[in-house]
Amino acid sequence: MIDIIVGHYNYWVVIFLMMAGFYTVISHGNLIKKIAGLNIFQTSVFLLYISIGYVSEGTTPIIAEGFTRYSNPLPHAMILTAIVVGVSTTALGLALVVRIKEAYGSIEEDEIHDQDKSL
Amino acid sequence: MIEQNLSLLLVVIPLLSAPVTAMLPNGRMPWLLTLTASWTCLLIAGWQLSVVIDGNVISYELGGWAPPWGIEYRIDAMNAFVALIVSAIAAITLPYALLSVEKEIPRQQTSLFYATFLLCLVGLLGIAQTGDVFNLFVFLEISSLSSYVLIAMGEQRRALTSAYQYLIMGSVGATFLLIGIGLVYVETGTLNMVDLNQRLHPILDHQTVHTGFAFIVVGIALKLALFPLHLWLPNAYKYSPSVISVFLAATATKVAVYIMLRMVFGVFSNDFVRITPTDHMFLLLGVFGVILASVAAIYQTDVKRLLAYSSIAQVSYMVLGMGLASVLGITATLVHVFNHALMKGALFMACGALVYRVGSSRFEKLDGLGRQMPWTFTAIFITGLSLVGIPGTAGFISKWYFVLAALEHQSWLIALVILLGSLLAVVYMWKIVEVMFFRPVPDSAQSVKEAPVSLLVPMWVLVIANIYFGFNTELTVNVADSAARLLGVAAYHE
Repeated sequence: MIDIIVGHYNYWVVIFLMMAGFYTVISHGNLIKKIAGLNIFQTSVFLLYISIGYVSEGTTPIIAEGFTRYSNPLPHAMILTAIVVGVSTTALGLALVVRIKEAYGSIEEDEIHDQDKSL
Repeated sequence: MIEQNLSLLLVVIPLLSAPVTAMLPNGRMPWLLTLTASWTCLLIAGWQLSVVIDGNVISYELGGWAPPWGIEYRIDAMNAFVALIVSAIAAITLPYALLSVEKEIPRQQTSLFYATFLLCLVGLLGIAQTGDVFNLFVFLEISSLSSYVLIAMGEQRRALTSAYQYLIMGSVGATFLLIGIGLVYVETGTLNMVDLNQRLHPILDHQTVHTGFAFIVVGIALKLALFPLHLWLPNAYKYSPSVISVFLAATATKVAVYIMLRMVFGVFSNDFVRITPTDHMFLLLGVFGVILASVAAIYQTDVKRLLAYSSIAQVSYMVLGMGLASVLGITATLVHVFNHALMKGALFMACGALVYRVGSSRFEKLDGLGRQMPWTFTAIFITGLSLVGIPGTAGFISKWYFVLAALEHQSWLIALVILLGSLLAVVYMWKIVEVMFFRPVPDSAQSVKEAPVSLLVPMWVLVIANIYFGFNTELTVNVADSAARLLGVAAYHE
């Protein structure tokens, strides 16, 4: 039991971050907080990928004398790409929030909704 | 030499044109380059389909790395069919775009607009070409990110909130897909679709595989606007610039349908669908989607929103076809992907023509407009018949195959739902006809001219295609059938 908790601690962190981020996206009405939640949600997936690339007692995947076990570099390479995607999404999302603030004067979802309804 | 690389060029040409377009001076130059790029893509996609239509497969190894280690572009009949639909719609949309964009997009943004359009095209074509699941995720995000930008370029401020909502939902969907791909990768150690299929076969009962599958399906369902994950779609289509409504409605959800087919039947397999309740889930959501989205469409007071709800209903038909999980069902889905692209392309173009002349697509602005814009109105009418599924139109062919597939499955209920969906389509399309044709023109209204020729010609090309493919089913049904067989879907048997 202890083994499952301690031995897989990085996966528990992944699950916690995933749930926390996803909950923030769903529950918060503030547009910036939603983006922050989305970021945490995505980061948890980065962590998941990095964890699965781990090979026990493996070293950095650079060929060198005296080392025969290497970590799997492919998940790392994939997650670099996913980080780029995540950064672009965040940047675009924040840019949209700036435009929304200019157009509505607010970044609270319910206030924006009220403004549109009154039209 | 060139011929070997054509499949890659289909993605590279728009990808390289995009930054060049962004640097061109605003005005008509960016449009011209985008037009050239998309027509080149159409030629390549046509050539590609003609090569693979007889069951050949083109395999292209990126950078010379052999699959399954390197990224492989693997083109079979289904990939080529989807790539052809995407590039054909882009090629027809662009002549239409010139005037519509000049009217709706500020002049200083035209080059950036067309550059983003090309990036969206890159993403959609890349999804169709690639044979690598992670590469697919990247292309999906390229197309999604650029479509958020394009939607936000709408004239009203609600375009911004719609794009924001789509961004949140779309990113959650993409991240789900990424989690699913990660879990499947843990189990198999590969990302190549063909390789994945073989390696997954002995371990289809593993719990990690099931979890990964669930994440992948939910992620794609968000992009596909499958009921009940469709909430982002009506506003996104309503507030985006007309050209973007045309392009996205005709391609984006169709490509998502392709991803779903490829993942569920190509990567996992028909056996997996049968040992899990996937097919029942698709049928259930499809039935609800067809009925509820069609009913919602009836209550809309805006043509664009009405068409958006109708899109959700039509996508639900495609999901029904997947749920039947037979060669006929998948054939019906693929035929409908093609035919629905023609219908919605034409309808949103007509809608854009209304916006071009009247400035709005709300019902109260359209009273009696059918007599002042007869060509646009007739286009809506004929395509409406196709949407309903009247014999002699493309829509009939897809409905016919759906009903055949349902009857083969002996699901009378499904067949009934398909017919009910058509009846509801009659109701909502009639609402547009009634407003535009039978209501008198208000006295206060200024007289409206017919839309310019450059809007009418692409619209009517699609309208005529709707009729043509209602009689000549050789291309659509043959390609769809061979694609369905390649997916390894065995004919339905008890």
